[in-house]
Amino acid sequence: MKPPTFDYLRAGSVGEVLEGLAQQGGDARILAGGQSLMAMLNMRLAKPKLLIDIMRLEELRQIERKGDTVIIGAGARQADLLAWPELAEALPLVSLALPWVGHMQTRSRGTICGSLAHADPSAEMPLALVALGGEVFLRNTRRRRRIAAKDFFAGMMLTARAEDELIEGISLPVVKGARVAFREVARRHGDFAIVACAAMKTQAGVRLAVGGVADVPIARDWPELEGTALDDALNAFAWELGARDDVHATARYRRDLVRMIGRDLIGEVLQ
Amino acid sequence: MLQAVTSANRESGDQPWVGRSIERVEDAALLAGRGRFIDDLGVAPGTLHATILRSPHAHADILSIDVDAAKSLPGVAAVLTGTDVKAVTTSLVVGVKAPVECWPIAMDRVRYVGEPVAIVVAIDRARAEDAAELINVEYRPRGAVVDPLGAIVSGAPVLHDGFPGNLASDRSFRYGDPEKAFAEAPHRFSIDIRYPRNSCTPIETYGVVASHDAGEDAFEVLANFQGPFSIHTVIARALKVPGNRLRLRTPPDSGGSFGVKQGVFPYIVLIAAAARITGRPVKWIEDRLEHLTASVSATNRATTLSAAVAADGKILALDWDQVEDCGAHLRAPEPATLYRMHGNLTGAYDIRNVKIRNRVVVTNKTPTGLNRGFGGPQVYFALERLVQRIAIGLRLDPLDVIKRNLIGAGSFPYRTATGALLDSGNYQEAVARAVEHGRLAELKARRDEARAQGRLYGIGFTAVVEPSVSNMGYITTVLTAAERRKAGPKNGAQATATVGLDPVGSVTVHVASVPQGQGHRTVLSQVVADVFGLAPKDIRVNTEIDTAKDAWSIASGNYASRFAAAVAGTAKIAAERVAGRLARIAASQLNVEAADIVFAKGFVASKRNPENRIAFSRVAALSHWSPGSLPDEAGQTIRETAFWTPPELTPPDEDDRINSSLCHGFIFDFCGVEIDRVTLGTRIDRYVTMHDCGTILHPGMVNGQIRGGFAQALGAALLEEYAYAEDGSFLTGTLADYLLPTTTEVPEPEIFHMETPSPFTPLGAKGVGEGNCMSTPVCLANAVADALGVADITLPLVPARLAELVRGAEPPPPAGGASAAAVRGGDRRLRGEGQTAVKGAPEQVWAMLLDPATLQSVIPGCQRVDKITETHFRADVTLGIGPVTGRYRADVELFDLDAPRTATLRGRATGALGFGNAEGRIMLAPDGNGGTTLTYSYDAAIGGKVASIGGRLLDGATRVIIGQFFTALARKAGGGGAEGAGFSLFALLAKLGSLFGGRR
Amino acid sequence: MTRLKADQRHAVRFSLNGKPVEDEAEPRMLLSDFLRHQLGATGTHVGCEHGVCGACTVVVDGMLTRSCLTLAAQVDGCELKTVEGLAPSADRLGVLQQAFRRNHALQCGFCTAGILMSLDHYLSRHPTPSEAEIRDLLSGHICRCTGYTPIIQAALEAAAELTSSKKETSNA
Repeated sequence: MKPPTFDYLRAGSVGEVLEGLAQQGGDARILAGGQSLMAMLNMRLAKPKLLIDIMRLEELRQIERKGDTVIIGAGARQADLLAWPELAEALPLVSLALPWVGHMQTRSRGTICGSLAHADPSAEMPLALVALGGEVFLRNTRRRRRIAAKDFFAGMMLTARAEDELIEGISLPVVKGARVAFREVARRHGDFAIVACAAMKTQAGVRLAVGGVADVPIARDWPELEGTALDDALNAFAWELGARDDVHATARYRRDLVRMIGRDLIGEVLQ
Repeated sequence: MLQAVTSANRESGDQPWVGRSIERVEDAALLAGRGRFIDDLGVAPGTLHATILRSPHAHADILSIDVDAAKSLPGVAAVLTGTDVKAVTTSLVVGVKAPVECWPIAMDRVRYVGEPVAIVVAIDRARAEDAAELINVEYRPRGAVVDPLGAIVSGAPVLHDGFPGNLASDRSFRYGDPEKAFAEAPHRFSIDIRYPRNSCTPIETYGVVASHDAGEDAFEVLANFQGPFSIHTVIARALKVPGNRLRLRTPPDSGGSFGVKQGVFPYIVLIAAAARITGRPVKWIEDRLEHLTASVSATNRATTLSAAVAADGKILALDWDQVEDCGAHLRAPEPATLYRMHGNLTGAYDIRNVKIRNRVVVTNKTPTGLNRGFGGPQVYFALERLVQRIAIGLRLDPLDVIKRNLIGAGSFPYRTATGALLDSGNYQEAVARAVEHGRLAELKARRDEARAQGRLYGIGFTAVVEPSVSNMGYITTVLTAAERRKAGPKNGAQATATVGLDPVGSVTVHVASVPQGQGHRTVLSQVVADVFGLAPKDIRVNTEIDTAKDAWSIASGNYASRFAAAVAGTAKIAAERVAGRLARIAASQLNVEAADIVFAKGFVASKRNPENRIAFSRVAALSHWSPGSLPDEAGQTIRETAFWTPPELTPPDEDDRINSSLCHGFIFDFCGVEIDRVTLGTRIDRYVTMHDCGTILHPGMVNGQIRGGFAQALGAALLEEYAYAEDGSFLTGTLADYLLPTTTEVPEPEIFHMETPSPFTPLGAKGVGEGNCMSTPVCLANAVADALGVADITLPLVPARLAELVRGAEPPPPAGGASAAAVRGGDRRLRGEGQTAVKGAPEQVWAMLLDPATLQSVIPGCQRVDKITETHFRADVTLGIGPVTGRYRADVELFDLDAPRTATLRGRATGALGFGNAEGRIMLAPDGNGGTTLTYSYDAAIGGKVASIGGRLLDGATRVIIGQFFTALARKAGGGGAEGAGFSLFALLAKLGSLFGGRR
Repeated sequence: MTRLKADQRHAVRFSLNGKPVEDEAEPRMLLSDFLRHQLGATGTHVGCEHGVCGACTVVVDGMLTRSCLTLAAQVDGCELKTVEGLAPSADRLGVLQQAFRRNHALQCGFCTAGILMSLDHYLSRHPTPSEAEIRDLLSGHICRCTGYTPIIQAALEAAAELTSSKKETSNA
């Protein structure tokens, strides 16, 4: 269980990163925290020709509030964000979800953007990005572009990032005074979610986002529903997610959790 | 005969060291990073490193193995296949009489996912793995069986011709008069159990370093093997050398075993063979993926257990029907898991009539072997679940049914119906103390209160007899009495211990106990210090084994909880023999009678006149410095090796009664659990475990064994299962899929003790390490059954499974919305269908299907297509799902052609990450506007490495790839279809990583 | 820009437990293998090589790090602490190590180094942890021998002892 061979590039600037991606395309991988990529390399599931280490680039480490958004750079580690003093006030949903990401020993290295790039449908950060309606900043040697969270995730481990693009960072909206709730069910503490739900009160009503069920995290907006109307809406949503069986849970169990936890969380944020 | 030596410390009024929780001598090095585990030790210069290429298929013929590319990679010394290994070894012996071979590497057929197919030996592990990826194996898959009952159905695929119908053994036993008891009893209760596969999975994996001296044709092997050393004979025989040409050593430290490291022995054969063939030392350290997939596991078992029961709950007879699944090969010492408990099939109960049918079957899963509890969890899960069912059926309190059936306190030693001789105990007293100290009444009140609030709360009970110190002859119970007569008797449990005194009088102890963290060195220092009147720090203990130099026997090793009962006692015997001689020497020097000698506080002294004394070290050194001045009858005191085997361990008798173990501890557990109504997760509110393991030598270590066993049992109950798909794919190949309990799942059990010494062991001690693995899974299951009010409970207690038991009909999908795909349990095939509008006419589309260029452009990731026949194409594809990429060889064939309307496509792809196969049906119909409506359906499956390490994400990716194929086909034909995707994928491969505990 | 070629060995230098170390490694060499087999620091163990078991946990520049998920090349120029750096001297154990020994918080000792590193790192930043916090921290480690509770007890005892000794020092 040793990695295959690859070149290692310790980037000294973002330009070098983009140059490396441009030259090597799909055979290059960005190495940030390495918490998913290195495991895949050890298992020889991935065989890049070039790893580009971006963790010495100070300019990518930012966690910064700009008006009503928070900008998080590609090099910001999960532990950095957890320790950010403004987190609970600016991004209450993230402050609820982030402790569920892996363990302290992986959050200390793993990055926020790395988790998004990996696009595991059960991971918490993709769910938070979708729930909050954040944006992803992509950049190659020629251009920069922004893409909305819901358009970024294309499937299990698939994103809209082109092979020559770097995820430079993301922005998450600060929703002032928003009521949010988060709950996750996993087999053990720190495991990938069987179902993770995030709820948020919106101007028009309420939003529920679900991870771990469909191929990508999915958010749904409703007016303020209650009673059977809410039950019906949740049931329809649960079925639409296309849950499947695996070793750890059945599709039915996942739908049950979406219905029950969804109802609880919506109740909490609408209270 | 030497006279017994007085226990010196007791005599002098001091507390003996035995019985105290002194700090462990092992700990300082381990805590400072100075442990000496096998991979921490250096190797000889020039040592090569091995990696093993393993089967992705559960059952397949090997058509060819092309190793040329691998061999030519720089740094590669050799690539060995079954043929090469066969040239220098013989088959491993099989534990039943049958014309079956058992090789440590596949010869012409693979029978489980992970079975070794080739060994690559190179200058380092990474290069060996590089080369392994270049080996090209062609397989022809066969049907697989994974279920033990399915394996013996007529028409099931057969693994070994020598095991007709996959049945390796079928024996029936009868004790007392079970037919009469069942005929006359007022009640009959029955239970069907499927006990799952799991493993205690130590954190250190297997390791082997082997070399071969061609001049003497002798092997030297260092391995973290744990015993039993009966396996030494199996290894030597396989390597075709007498035992004295296989020097097997163990490293000073071993990172846990729990039985599992017995299973390293087939790899000892493989790596030793590689060393012989290459003429160089070869080292192999198993990686975690190999370990989970292919090291060893406990057996899974299908059991039907019936009881004849009186109206008051008294069990009059048991009828066991056990079908034991030993995996793909019956490896030594299997079917020992089944027979280890043979004497104990009545548990803690006085039941005189027993009927048993034991069948041993082979399936396309990893071969089984030793695991903590070894047969106990499987037996007690059935027995103790049945006891709860009896109570419910008769409207009795489960605890009352237990008490009604316990063996009477005055009955010991008690011979069970099936032959075990239970040495000592007072089960009623143990239950009473546990009920009181564990506050059962209060726990019941908690349950009442919880239920009044609408919460799901339950209480479970278990009573268990914990056997320890195995009779080496119990396994022969699988043979008939006639076969046993022919084979000669096998029985006993030889333990050895050596005590040596050096020229400055310091004491060294050596035993062949091979600890994996239990602290044997510490306990032995206590035992021997007490005999010599020294402190534990004065005694240096060595537990490494070297079969070329040390005293050992087939029973040596660390298994069947034999240390405290057998090994520690043998060390005491050896020390006492030396002490007896020292007493004579000292008596002559002090001018007193030997009977007046006492060992205390570093001196050998006269009891009557303690001032008349001599330093221990001075007496101890005399044999070296002045042997001529010793009294004639004293003999030497330089070194004494004691051998001990208990006379109670006799072979099975003519009526198949077998005293399968020497000691029998008693455990009574009860617990309260609460089930979350939303998640159906099980939370342990209180767990009480009462143990009587005889005399306790080191309370801290005994509690450590109990806690450790409890945590592993909790894992088996709630989390752990080696899961297989119906096609034999292994689904839990990482530690993110095979879930071990962590700090957030394991509570502190409330531990209570009573001590009823064993009359059969030198120190009165019994084993204690395995008991909770036997009692805890079923205790938790009983509590969960009580909480949910359900009858059938299967481990592990996966919340989604509990949901199926307790939740009624699901709210249906809204009209016109999505519907649930019908999925059978264990069926991992992916099925789907779709429809696409295509602009071209059906004839046009049809032509494309038969055109290599079109296929090349529509098969995702396709690099080239060769046309083998008009309807058979071969392709090279590179597939990637996100970062997961691999190269595959794909075969695509078209069948059932009905131009231009329907066709069937069958595709197969194979690569380093695994394999996949898919079948699709395509229907073309004119759409009335000059175009075509293309309808497709597919059925696909994926196996191999990607299935075992990426199951969660695999299926979704497969769907994406298949959908892509048809979409691309439609697009090529000028259809609507989806826009081009920016990535290349293929069906077969995919899955990945969910698992990884880490995530970015 | 530093680009290390796949098939060559490159110098890796860092500080290990306060002392400079240097050796060569291919880009693909894992930090766990570099520590153990190049530098001979075998106290850090390898249990799964996919980041789950925690046995290989070390501290890199003040960050808990799975050394099996880290390339040797990545830590060039960094400060590393491993289990070999915990004891105050070769013949003495530190407060945390002593608490482990007292509480029988280890059996085989294979997973112990990683657990000690997590606790050493955590207690230096959170001197008065609750049991729940210790359990949360250690959920990133797997131990198969002890059942965990003696480890938690040892951690809490060590925290109390470290806090009180600090108080004594500051009072003095």
